[in-house]
Amino acid sequence: MSLIGGVLSSGAVVHAASASQNCLTRNDWVCPAYVTSRSSQLVDALGEHLYLTVVSLLLGIIVSVPLGVFAHRFRRARALTVGITTTLYTVPSIALFFLIIPFLGLTAASVILGLALYSLTILVRNLLVGLDGVDPEVIDAATGMGYSNLKMLWSVELPLALPSAIGGLRVAAVSTVALTTVGAVIGFGGFGNLLVTGVASNFHAQVLTASVICVVLAFAFDLLLLALQRALTPWRRTA
Amino acid sequence: MNVPAEVVAWFSDASHWQGAAGIPSLLGEHLALTAASLGIACAIALPLALWLGHTGRGGVLAVQVGNVGRAVPTLALLSILLFIPPPFGRTTLSALIAFTLFAIPVLLTNTYVGMREVDPAAVDAAKGMGMSGFEVLRKVELPLATPALMNAVRQGAVQVVATVSIAAIFAFGGLGRIITRATGASGGFDVPQIIAGALVIAVLAIAVDLSLGALGRMADPVGRARSRARRAGSSPARSDEHGTVVPA
Repeated sequence: MSLIGGVLSSGAVVHAASASQNCLTRNDWVCPAYVTSRSSQLVDALGEHLYLTVVSLLLGIIVSVPLGVFAHRFRRARALTVGITTTLYTVPSIALFFLIIPFLGLTAASVILGLALYSLTILVRNLLVGLDGVDPEVIDAATGMGYSNLKMLWSVELPLALPSAIGGLRVAAVSTVALTTVGAVIGFGGFGNLLVTGVASNFHAQVLTASVICVVLAFAFDLLLLALQRALTPWRRTA
Repeated sequence: MNVPAEVVAWFSDASHWQGAAGIPSLLGEHLALTAASLGIACAIALPLALWLGHTGRGGVLAVQVGNVGRAVPTLALLSILLFIPPPFGRTTLSALIAFTLFAIPVLLTNTYVGMREVDPAAVDAAKGMGMSGFEVLRKVELPLATPALMNAVRQGAVQVVATVSIAAIFAFGGLGRIITRATGASGGFDVPQIIAGALVIAVLAIAVDLSLGALGRMADPVGRARSRARRAGSSPARSDEHGTVVPA
């Protein structure tokens, strides 16, 4: 990839290069030469963006499942959990990232923690909706069959709550992909970094390319999770 | 470095409360931008959502608009608007357009979903009583969808407050400027000022959320009727709370 960029910028293939680089000098919005010559930058941004998004979503899932189960079982825990996560969600991302800095510093971890906290609201809420929606007759039947609490949770309640929970995960993933860009304020924002430097250097192609990739990435996550939802809930396809 | 003490010191510095860069002036700017773009977004999205919900058509549209709204990063839209020649670029008009565009999906999707969740039996009964389509919308669907509608407005407002804060990264106005002025340009980070700015924004967002929540409870005709009934000592009505359907 960087080889192509090297050839283009070194001018070894003058004609081909000048023709395709015109769009760079003209500062066009759509510029294939930008994509080929800056491919390593784009790949780096993609790697950082995916890393930040995936790690914060995983963290969100790991924390939200026990929180959701706990809130489902205990009335008091429910009000507290929903209250705290909802309040966190109202705090604008730029403020949240900076409020975490005194604890974690100017690191990727600050962005990841911030994004994970945002995803918690949606993940916990949807898991709760799913758990609340489990048919009481199914629970009765499982109790009658001698299911223990833990087995009930694992093989009855959680599977039945899965469609709603993954629905929440899809919303959280799409939001997180977009929100990750704001991490650029502390230097860890994936494509957000390219947006900010693109604006600072008046580089149209960089801003548009980064924007488009972000949106495509969000929808890719959505489709991937939709496929996962279908694969994990085979009983819903025949119904 | 004792950050909490320095943050307190920052807040007690009188110069941070005066002039165009002071908290009151930035707060005013933030609220004005929020109110204006939320107002425009409501004027566009609410009638559309009510009509789509009433006719039951365009459900896919309403939900997909919400998805697209979530997928487009605030920074991306703002940076593209910055490059478009006047009257766009770094202007109030660009800011208003961006903030309005971010509020519309939240308002549209949540209000539409609220309209669709109105008990079909109530709508059937209203039709059976001979109400016209518009009467059903005004006298049955709208009152029953009011909690969802007010919740949509509340979420839209919170979203716009956040978006205005983020827009400060590109030197648009509002409270985010306290943070962006303390970062980058001169090289270092003025941590106490950043924390102070983040706190002010967080408090504003929570205040907007709580006050619109209270306004929503006051505006809910069904809820008001229930609490009147409770005060009058009649049997307590069953309350069925609808959670938020699509957070943004």
